[in-house]
Amino acid sequence: MIGYLFKRLGLALLVALTVSIIAYLLLHLTGDPAVALAGEGASDADIAMVRQTYGFDRPLLVQYGDWLWQIIRGDLGTSVYFKTAVAPLVFSKLETTLLLAVYSLGVALVISIPLGVLAALYKNSWIDRLCLAIAVLGQALPNFFFALILIMLFSISWRMLPVSGSGTWQHFVMPAIALGYYVAPAFMRLIRAGMIEVLGADYIRTARAKGLSPSTVIFKHALRNAIVPVVALAAVQLGFLLGGSVVIETIFALDGLGYLAYQSITFKDFPVTQIIVLLLSVIYILLTLASDIANAWLDPRIRVA
Amino acid sequence: MKKNVPSLASSMRQLKTVLALSACVFAASCFTPQAFASKANNTLGMAYDQAPENIDPYFNNVRIGVIVANNVWDTLVYRDPITNEYSGQLAKSWKQIDDRTLEFELREGVKFHNGEEFDADSVVYTLNFVADPKNKATTQQNVRWIDKVEKIDKFKVRIIAKEPFPAAIDYLATTLAIHPAKYYQEAGPAGMNAKPVGSGPYKIVENIPGKSVTLERNKDYFKDSPKKQPTIDKVKIRFISDRQTQMAEVMSGGEDFIMHVPKDQAENLKTLPHLQVQSGNTMRMVFLQFNILEGTPAPELKDIRVRKAIAHAIDRESILKNIVGGGELINTMCTPSQVACSSDGAVVYKYDPALSKKLLAEAGFPNGLSIDLMSYRERNQTEAMINYLQAVGIKAKLGFMQYAAMRDLARANKTSITHQTWGSNLVNDTSASTPVYFGGGSDDVARDPEIIKLLDEGDHTLDPVARKAVYNKALVMISEKALALPLWTLPVYYVANKDVKFTPYQDELVRFWEMSWK
Repeated sequence: MIGYLFKRLGLALLVALTVSIIAYLLLHLTGDPAVALAGEGASDADIAMVRQTYGFDRPLLVQYGDWLWQIIRGDLGTSVYFKTAVAPLVFSKLETTLLLAVYSLGVALVISIPLGVLAALYKNSWIDRLCLAIAVLGQALPNFFFALILIMLFSISWRMLPVSGSGTWQHFVMPAIALGYYVAPAFMRLIRAGMIEVLGADYIRTARAKGLSPSTVIFKHALRNAIVPVVALAAVQLGFLLGGSVVIETIFALDGLGYLAYQSITFKDFPVTQIIVLLLSVIYILLTLASDIANAWLDPRIRVA
Repeated sequence: MKKNVPSLASSMRQLKTVLALSACVFAASCFTPQAFASKANNTLGMAYDQAPENIDPYFNNVRIGVIVANNVWDTLVYRDPITNEYSGQLAKSWKQIDDRTLEFELREGVKFHNGEEFDADSVVYTLNFVADPKNKATTQQNVRWIDKVEKIDKFKVRIIAKEPFPAAIDYLATTLAIHPAKYYQEAGPAGMNAKPVGSGPYKIVENIPGKSVTLERNKDYFKDSPKKQPTIDKVKIRFISDRQTQMAEVMSGGEDFIMHVPKDQAENLKTLPHLQVQSGNTMRMVFLQFNILEGTPAPELKDIRVRKAIAHAIDRESILKNIVGGGELINTMCTPSQVACSSDGAVVYKYDPALSKKLLAEAGFPNGLSIDLMSYRERNQTEAMINYLQAVGIKAKLGFMQYAAMRDLARANKTSITHQTWGSNLVNDTSASTPVYFGGGSDDVARDPEIIKLLDEGDHTLDPVARKAVYNKALVMISEKALALPLWTLPVYYVANKDVKFTPYQDELVRFWEMSWK
């Protein structure tokens, strides 16, 4: 188990490093940060000065090495756009993004559990197809489009919810629905498959034979067992929700990491973008790692694989 | 298997319970949102797409930064937005000592938001600090003309330029805000961003980078200022990068004011009873620039007949009326309001497709030609011009890209025709426009030595009449040689709550101190 743990940890570290290198190179491919910083009216001399000031004139590898060394020493750097330290800037936005991810996960489960159970109970019938259609719609609708529809209905037509911002919990309702609906289908399929398998099991037949009510059988005996793999998927999806909130946070001007990522990419604010990418990938890797380790602990066969 | 399935009725009951529970949770969340900004609590809500990197006016280069700066800070001189005449703001009066030196008599009794007194030290410290390239002021062109600033006595200073600089007063009236010396010395630009202090009609009470800036009325704003005493208590500016979300905010009443709304969308919003749409002219001029440098990708452009053919092929008036929908036609390479800008004697290229075809045939292209046209904004305008060019046989291939990318290509001599726009950084002086594209600098793709010499002379002539004459000579020459095709100035559309009283100005500055509720 210890050997497996170290192997997984080493792999996780390598993945984080690779992600950060790729992100660094991709950002530099999108254009010269000095031009973006100097602004519209800048002359060649102004741009050269900015380039020199921020060290953008050095070879890419040297810049990356410098950055990495700085991170290893615990200094997350200074935002070239906002001119403040990166660490407080990024961490002040983490809470909003975490809240959004958790709410979205909640929405996804609220949508997918009833649909998954229903689809399993009436598998291959029109009810199953309808549940599938509702779920697929969530994945097929681009979430920015779905978000705009929500805004149109709830904010403009009915004036029930604020359009954008992050001041109160009402601000999270639409973003959580838009994001949650998108990830619901994955859960729904898993619950459906799990329920179908469990409902055929012997102990369910026993439970029915004891004369338990159908609802007790479904929710207390069947669903409890069918939902176990969902917990592992939820950990991974939480990682996806954290990283996938860039579009939704931008549309709803939710002041979280995704919105900051969008802004920092627009302004070519490398130190901020790099830390966000690194932070999100580390969280994602840790969640995956935790789910792997939990599985390995539960099922010794995985340790060998 | 079938008998294992519970009855539909019982599972429907289960589902109903779940749905009812979700509905309750959802309904609980659906309170009508309490709008932060409204007439009732005398708070104006504005949404803008880009956040300033640092609220200190010398360390950002976005328009909202200039807007905030003008409401929170004062400058030595004030420029009237309608007449473009100058009067004293923090300065009482000024005089030209020699061709490089201006002397300012300062106003007494003005206090900064933190209580610090305004005096010569404020001017001397601020301007000397930002003019020093070591301190990395973002927009260098605003400050690099300053050689040094000297204190004569407590309320008198001298500003010395590196060389004769006739546009100095305009810079001192627009971008050169004055900071409190003691505070700025201690806090620096980073401290100024964290806790901004100015002397203007509004003070900043909260600044959350990338999210919002909140302004509050300065009740002690000095009475003699040419800026009016503000009446709106609070202004909250939120940064919403998504245009659709901004529009949804004004539609739902969440925000009161947005700007830079595209024309077609502004027209749609006009139909809503609680909104008003206003448009205003701006200083941003639009033009086609022809690359005739050695090694240009389009050597055809070196023939003046081809350039004139392009100019005659485009119906500028029709595009202005039907697509631009505001702004004004321009016939010279400067913004009409700018000091020393004139179109007297300039060639006006009328829409004349027949003449255009004739010129092309004379130049050796009776069957037309193909050429690249690059553009970075207002794509619908570029496309309209491409249609007109097509009609006379010029196949223009559109390259649409980011501004920085287009500028890099142009500076690397890789563009043929570019659809450019230029806002002069708000400076209402010809020296901030024409010389950028014809003064021999990196954005000049004509490099005409005669024009470069004339513009340089204009940049350093102090006598207004002589200056205007020499600039005019350069402007006429540009139009005779058809080195660029001046098109129009761009309009800007504002969408606001019907209850907001405001006036749009050409400098695109939103003056909160003038705004009120109807």
